[in-house]
Amino acid sequence: MRGTVAALLAKELALELRTRESVPAMVMFSITTYVIFHFGLDANTVDGDLASGVLWVTLLFAAMLGVNRLFVAEHEQGGFDGFLLAPVDRTAMFVAKAITLFGFLCVVEIVAVPAFALLLLGPPLGQALPGLIVVLLAANIGIAVIGTLVAALAIQTRARDLMVALLALPLLVPVVLGAARATAPLLDHGGAQALPGDWLALLALYDLLFALIAYAIFDFLLED
Amino acid sequence: MLTTAFALVFFYAPVDADQGIIQKIFYVHVPLAIVALCGFVAGGIFGLMHLRTRDRRWDMRSYVTIHLSIVLAVGVLITGSIWARASWGQWFVWDEPMLVVFLIVFLLYATYQPLRFSIEDPEKQSRYASVFAITAGAFVPLCFGAVRMAEGLTHPQAATMTTSGPASVSQTFLISLIGMALLFVTLCKYEMASKNATFKLRALRRRLAGEDDDFAAPVARSAAPQL
Amino acid sequence: MPDSQPAVSLRGVGRRYGERVVLRDVTFDLAMGQTLVVFGPNGAGKTTLLRMLATLLRAHRGEVSVLGRALPDDGYAVRGQIGFLGHEPLLYRELSGRENLRFHARLHGVLATRVDKVLEAVGMAHRADDPVAECSRGMVQRLAVARAVLHEPELLLLDEPLANLDPAAITQVDPLIGAQSGRTRVLTSHDPAAGLAEADLVLGLKGGRAELLAPAADVTTDQIAELYA
Repeated sequence: MRGTVAALLAKELALELRTRESVPAMVMFSITTYVIFHFGLDANTVDGDLASGVLWVTLLFAAMLGVNRLFVAEHEQGGFDGFLLAPVDRTAMFVAKAITLFGFLCVVEIVAVPAFALLLLGPPLGQALPGLIVVLLAANIGIAVIGTLVAALAIQTRARDLMVALLALPLLVPVVLGAARATAPLLDHGGAQALPGDWLALLALYDLLFALIAYAIFDFLLED
Repeated sequence: MLTTAFALVFFYAPVDADQGIIQKIFYVHVPLAIVALCGFVAGGIFGLMHLRTRDRRWDMRSYVTIHLSIVLAVGVLITGSIWARASWGQWFVWDEPMLVVFLIVFLLYATYQPLRFSIEDPEKQSRYASVFAITAGAFVPLCFGAVRMAEGLTHPQAATMTTSGPASVSQTFLISLIGMALLFVTLCKYEMASKNATFKLRALRRRLAGEDDDFAAPVARSAAPQL
Repeated sequence: MPDSQPAVSLRGVGRRYGERVVLRDVTFDLAMGQTLVVFGPNGAGKTTLLRMLATLLRAHRGEVSVLGRALPDDGYAVRGQIGFLGHEPLLYRELSGRENLRFHARLHGVLATRVDKVLEAVGMAHRADDPVAECSRGMVQRLAVARAVLHEPELLLLDEPLANLDPAAITQVDPLIGAQSGRTRVLTSHDPAAGLAEADLVLGLKGGRAELLAPAADVTTDQIAELYA
């Protein structure tokens, strides 16, 4: 299992480095969205609830781009069959894809969060950063797990892009809710406040439950 | 049964002091919501059975329960907004987690049919629909559980309303709930029977059409599972 | 596994696609080391049959056993011993041939040195580092052959394996997937004469039914041509 996941991850990394299909698009999308928010809200700086909302909505939609592309190469270039022909544990595919998406999200955020601080955020980022990183990681796990499951569900449908959005957004509402509420006090205009533990706990619980569900039923999406 | 319930609603249960006659919608709205949500969860369980047994009848059951629950959910949203309009003065209240969660659940399940329809291979369709049913079926109690814990105050809880009110309220409510559940089960049975009959008819027609039954005109692609 | 056991054995196998039946009641045994050639017009169920033997599809009716293991329950045990070459090369277009084969080698637990050997054998060593997208159809097919035999499978499942290959390439890949490879083979073909020459056993499919099943010695090309009529 571990060897298989490693092989799949190496392949994902090679593919992304070669094609540069997902991460650059996600980064560009986030930055463009900040600009749109600037005009849409007619605000030069945001803080507190609003800042947290802007950040998470942007990251969520950027994540949707990555989810959309996640299984395209497998589907169109026979990656599924190639994988299914090998004597390996099929759940490895889920683990590898979720880690890939998690990695993509982290890389995107390394650029997109500072860009947010630069372009829109009122209070300084420095103070909020340690807490924010914790929230980002917790939310990324949730998005990666649900995103992978939804991407695999939607890849066989004809209206893939639409299906991904329609399926993933309701399922991710709790993640965004938890993440946004947990982030809001960090970005308060009076300086960063303590990280709210209850929202973070909700986020962690949701991550865990869906990781278990997805892990248990993912195999059924692979076989013919 | 349901008629009895409705009769009781109008003639037996007391009229709410500050909400007036409109409060009667409670006896439709809440049982509808509870039955719809249970239907979603049941659909998930049937989906799990389908994946475990690979028996397409389970997929059919899952499909029928979810399909009818969606219909009920539309009823919940309509009765709910009428009630909300009458008692809170607004069609929809955002700071009410129960409503928001129900709306999210409804939006999620609204993709069930398009998802089925857009997968061409019937077998894949059933399997993917089951995976969806399980995921969404787990999502429903999860969200409502979370909402229960972080309770909002404006939404009248069925439990508090029935236990704190006079006995006639709780009796009427229970009878409405049972009536609604029976209606749901009957509708499920009915739809299942009608689907079965359609497939039997189609199979017979194919047999009549000649020995080369496999090449009878293909049926139009459909979101409904095929037996 | 005792040698007397058939490499591939089907008993009354059927498969539906929705309400349409794509394979019905197919029964045959193929001995170890022999070659089965499947003929039949498009849509006769040839590809479905191969995908079923490759554990990619499961039978709706009947019993399938491959290399002495019953499918789909023992699919896991069979998978590493099957080489499947379908219409799709099953290679990532943006990765090079070498990268693709290395990936499959890791999945199958094969040493990386084997990759270079196979690339040499299919005559692709000089182009192994170009992305697959930049290779011609024939070259992609050579790489696909390399992928299929990478893990030295006992059973080869070949769906029109020689499509897109020039004569030089055909001679080159013959030791790998041809009759001399010594492996048990199931292959599909549209060419009655060439297919018959390779076959030990012939299966003719039409509309999912086995219209013809006989040792190659007893079959004439006319009988095969009739399937397409």
